[in-house]
Amino acid sequence: MDRFLFLTLDGLSRGAVYAAFALALVLIWRAGRIVNFAQGAMAVAAAYVAYSVTAVTGSYWLGFGAALLAGLLLGAVVDVAVMRLVDHRSPLNPVIVALGLVLLIQAILGMVYGNEYLPARTPFSRTALTVGGTAVLSPYDLFVFATVGVVGAALVWVFTRTAIGLRMRAAAFAPEVSRLLGVNVGGMLTLGWALASGVGALAGMLVIPTELGLHPHAMDLVFVSAFTAAVLGGLDSPPGAVVGGLGVGLLLSYVSGYAGGDLIPLAVLALLLTVLLLRPGGLFAPVAARRV
Amino acid sequence: MAGDLLTAEALAAGYGPVPVLHDVDLRVPPGTIAAVIGANGAGKTTLLRTLSGMLRPTAGRILLDGRDLRGTPVEQLVRRGVAHVPEGRGVIGELTVEENLRLGALWRRDRSDAARALDEVYQLFEPLASRRRHLGHQLSGGERQMLALGRALVGRPRLLLLDEPSLGLAPRVVAQTMALLRQLRDDTGLTVLLVEQNVRSALAVADQGIVMSLGRVALAAPAARLRDDADLRHAYLGF
Repeated sequence: MDRFLFLTLDGLSRGAVYAAFALALVLIWRAGRIVNFAQGAMAVAAAYVAYSVTAVTGSYWLGFGAALLAGLLLGAVVDVAVMRLVDHRSPLNPVIVALGLVLLIQAILGMVYGNEYLPARTPFSRTALTVGGTAVLSPYDLFVFATVGVVGAALVWVFTRTAIGLRMRAAAFAPEVSRLLGVNVGGMLTLGWALASGVGALAGMLVIPTELGLHPHAMDLVFVSAFTAAVLGGLDSPPGAVVGGLGVGLLLSYVSGYAGGDLIPLAVLALLLTVLLLRPGGLFAPVAARRV
Repeated sequence: MAGDLLTAEALAAGYGPVPVLHDVDLRVPPGTIAAVIGANGAGKTTLLRTLSGMLRPTAGRILLDGRDLRGTPVEQLVRRGVAHVPEGRGVIGELTVEENLRLGALWRRDRSDAARALDEVYQLFEPLASRRRHLGHQLSGGERQMLALGRALVGRPRLLLLDEPSLGLAPRVVAQTMALLRQLRDDTGLTVLLVEQNVRSALAVADQGIVMSLGRVALAAPAARLRDDADLRHAYLGF
């Protein structure tokens, strides 16, 4: 029972990161109908920026801030310099371009930083605290929950309560009408990319130290898990991304705890296949709205 | 003529290699209602899309207050006082009534007047006030019409471009809409250019009728003449 509790809490902590990463995928999907397959590589690039800044300044937090900033900037640059130039009439085009970006970013990172694992620090201890003899959460787990919670709440606030959020939603739902109402649709799309990439960078910063460390491919499996989480929740649904992320985190924690860590990639792919076969729209797929 | 709010001169436009508009001239004096009428495929919607910059003219020019609109991006047009209610009304179904309306005034710097304009729209269209939190796609056709017009009006436009306001609406709602346009023209000096297939309703409220045929202006005449001159009506409108 203690082990089950531990695995559950550990899975939720891991799931919180998947949720954040899935949320980033959902943000871009909603803004531009693109699944950003380059998001993992972009997040790793931001984590390398953090590594460099921390190496120079000695401060984890300066590196953390630099990673978020780098994530935001990289997202904007990818939209303006790459995605906007892609012909979107075929949905396959942006996918192929995103996959090309993955290769490009990983190659550049490998050239600059090398292809060995670099150590990635955590700002808090990862040793689980014990309550009444039972190992529960580590201080770092609590930090992960708090960070993802704050970012999630901030995104909800921005999108539902602010003028810029209203513009972003309108631009995503009805670009042409939005332009007639004075909304800078291209700018909103770039902002959406920046926000999503920033959230992706945050997820990368949180998850990389809990895996093998910093490496150009460090987010590959995380990306697959988060993509599965986003598809599980429904690519159109931010709450779905959060639920999907937590669900995938739990599943993977149980699989690795009870059946062995080697099975994690298999479990992720099996789940992805199951969702795509049984409910391709995701658990939270909205009822098709009447077009007006 | 000097003093026209909107002028198009020798305007041509089309989609890709397919030309739709040829050599279109029109003038809309301020504080008047102009109705563009004509059969399906006459180029009425294309004309509106070209006037609001969604479609780039291949020749000719568009003047607003005597100033060339060339190079003005679509999203800047509201700031120059032009509101375009597009085909199908453009209500954003995923947003609430309130959000749709707020969106119409987000560009405005005068926030207090924007809030006042929002209140006025709720007074003008009472059904909207009781449905503020409903999503756009939950509204009836008539309510959507109100929302589309209200969203244009919160921007306090000088020129309102309307694409087929009568489409899919009950005759009573069409009559209400036309009466409202007349009221806005008389009370606030609003200028309206509307595109209509419903010739009778359009001419009933318009000051000027612009008959389009095969992408050209076949006739521009005072609406009263088009209403009353049976020969003219037969020749150009077929009834």
